[in-house]
Amino acid sequence: MTQQLPLGELAFTRAGDKGDTSDVTVFAPDRAVYDIVVEQVTPERVAACYGELVQGSVHRYEVPNVLAVKFVLERALGGGGPSSLRADNLGKAMGGPILRLSITVPDEVAAQASGRPRPSRDPYAEAAWVVERAGSAHNGR
Amino acid sequence: MAEPLRIAGGQGFYGDATGPLADVLDESPDVVVLEALAELTLAILAKDRARDETLGWTRDLPLYLMALVPAMLERGTTVITNAGGINPVAAANMVVKAAGAMGVTGLRIATVVGDDVRGRPDLLPDEFPSADDLLFANAYLGARPIVEALEANANLVITGRVADAALFLAPLVHHHGWAWDDWERLAAGTVVGHLLECSGQATGGNHAGQWWEVPQPWRFGFPIADVAADGTAVIGKPSAAGGRVDFDTVRQQLLYEVHDPSAYVTPDVVVDMTTVQLEDLGDDRVRVSGATGRPAPAGYKLVAAEGGGYAADLSVAFGWPDAEAKARAAADLARKRIAEAGLELDGWHVELFGVNALHGPAVPPLPDGQPSEVVLRMAWSTTDKDRCGQVARHIIPLGLSGPPPAFTPASRARPRPSQLLRLHTGVVDRRPVDAAVAVSVVQL
Repeated sequence: MTQQLPLGELAFTRAGDKGDTSDVTVFAPDRAVYDIVVEQVTPERVAACYGELVQGSVHRYEVPNVLAVKFVLERALGGGGPSSLRADNLGKAMGGPILRLSITVPDEVAAQASGRPRPSRDPYAEAAWVVERAGSAHNGR
Repeated sequence: MAEPLRIAGGQGFYGDATGPLADVLDESPDVVVLEALAELTLAILAKDRARDETLGWTRDLPLYLMALVPAMLERGTTVITNAGGINPVAAANMVVKAAGAMGVTGLRIATVVGDDVRGRPDLLPDEFPSADDLLFANAYLGARPIVEALEANANLVITGRVADAALFLAPLVHHHGWAWDDWERLAAGTVVGHLLECSGQATGGNHAGQWWEVPQPWRFGFPIADVAADGTAVIGKPSAAGGRVDFDTVRQQLLYEVHDPSAYVTPDVVVDMTTVQLEDLGDDRVRVSGATGRPAPAGYKLVAAEGGGYAADLSVAFGWPDAEAKARAAADLARKRIAEAGLELDGWHVELFGVNALHGPAVPPLPDGQPSEVVLRMAWSTTDKDRCGQVARHIIPLGLSGPPPAFTPASRARPRPSQLLRLHTGVVDRRPVDAAVAVSVVQL
């Protein structure tokens, strides 16, 4: 049996920039997820999920030795860091949208993914090194 | 066969922390590399130089050297940096003057010049603007001139634009005696450089995996590599410092800003990263091996920039209820007021933080109701700097004279125009560039 999961439950991404090109790399936790990403996260699907945010073409590169799949998004940064009016002119957050893609996975892969830890709402709340809590009354706790 | 060389990444950008150097030096590195130049840093430095001929280098270089010079003098640590920026000679002069004034002896400072080709219009590709319109035009040099400096026994090498990884490859070539056609070794050294060049990003910074579990996240350790004669490297970090080195943190940096991983082009070698093996040794150590390479292309990468007008932005917060509606209405009113004032804009860009600021059209419809607050960011560009500054005057009156209630400036500062840049990337023939590359050495 299979089920649907967002890619973000299976893998994480990092983005970088060069000029107006953004590169987004999907990092899989193991070979099984890597193979699923290669099969299902096609350049066409990635281009569609970014929509008009990415004006140019999308190229995909497989990097099995580190269980990664890289997407190079052309004309993706509103003209590129130095001439873009976007707050995220360097595309640091460009790894986000791809994580919403819906992925079909076997039940056993889904079961493993459900065990994947998430940060708590206030990750350092219990940390001994936190300097000051009093001034952060508006942080939602 | 030479012992492994211990190299540390001591800086990842202009403005990086200097504090982590203390932990790095406790690990007795042979070489510390300071990588100070992002793609655009030369534009900032070119403006500095235009104002003052003795500037044009990254101005935190003295801070880094204050931390490093004692180790250079007492332990023979070598420092290699591209902090020379657009004016390496002036950077070296600054060091000579400052160190000389403090009575420092034992520094041997090498300067590498020749990357700056703005004064050579004949070398610029046809599609580039004329040299007079360029703020900078620099070729990305390779490791060779740095090796030449090390052969001249320099213990401080100051360059302008070189490929980032070449700063790290050079001391490996020098120490291990690697040949310039030993593609596997050159690839291995380039991979090490690529892993170390972004300081904390190799040791858990920007870790997109389980980032909240990175130890001591307020005290990041900068990365260190022990590189053997065969090119095999062990990446680690200072034991006292925080951060994390494991398969996940290292593989993220391995592919960071690499386009085709099977053909990572540098001036020294084209690296195939798809053959690299990462072995997590535990205890914040990862072994890196297996990089393969082939000859570098015939030309140098050339990056130039020209001015592209001016931009400023203004952010305004709106609270519940109807925060998004208020923000969108305010943006439309602001744009109308600017038009009514007769101010022509080149660009107008609206982002709603809390709704779609970072992912724009890639954001699906929000599932559950209204956001509790929205920050409206309006950004604009104009050809003329003064006009860019005038725009905000026509937005701010919305605070009292606009229907959306509770117009709340989200920052205290008034918008200030900053210059936009148009980047041009091309290829330049190596021979005329190499003919102008020069290494000079000063002994203190």
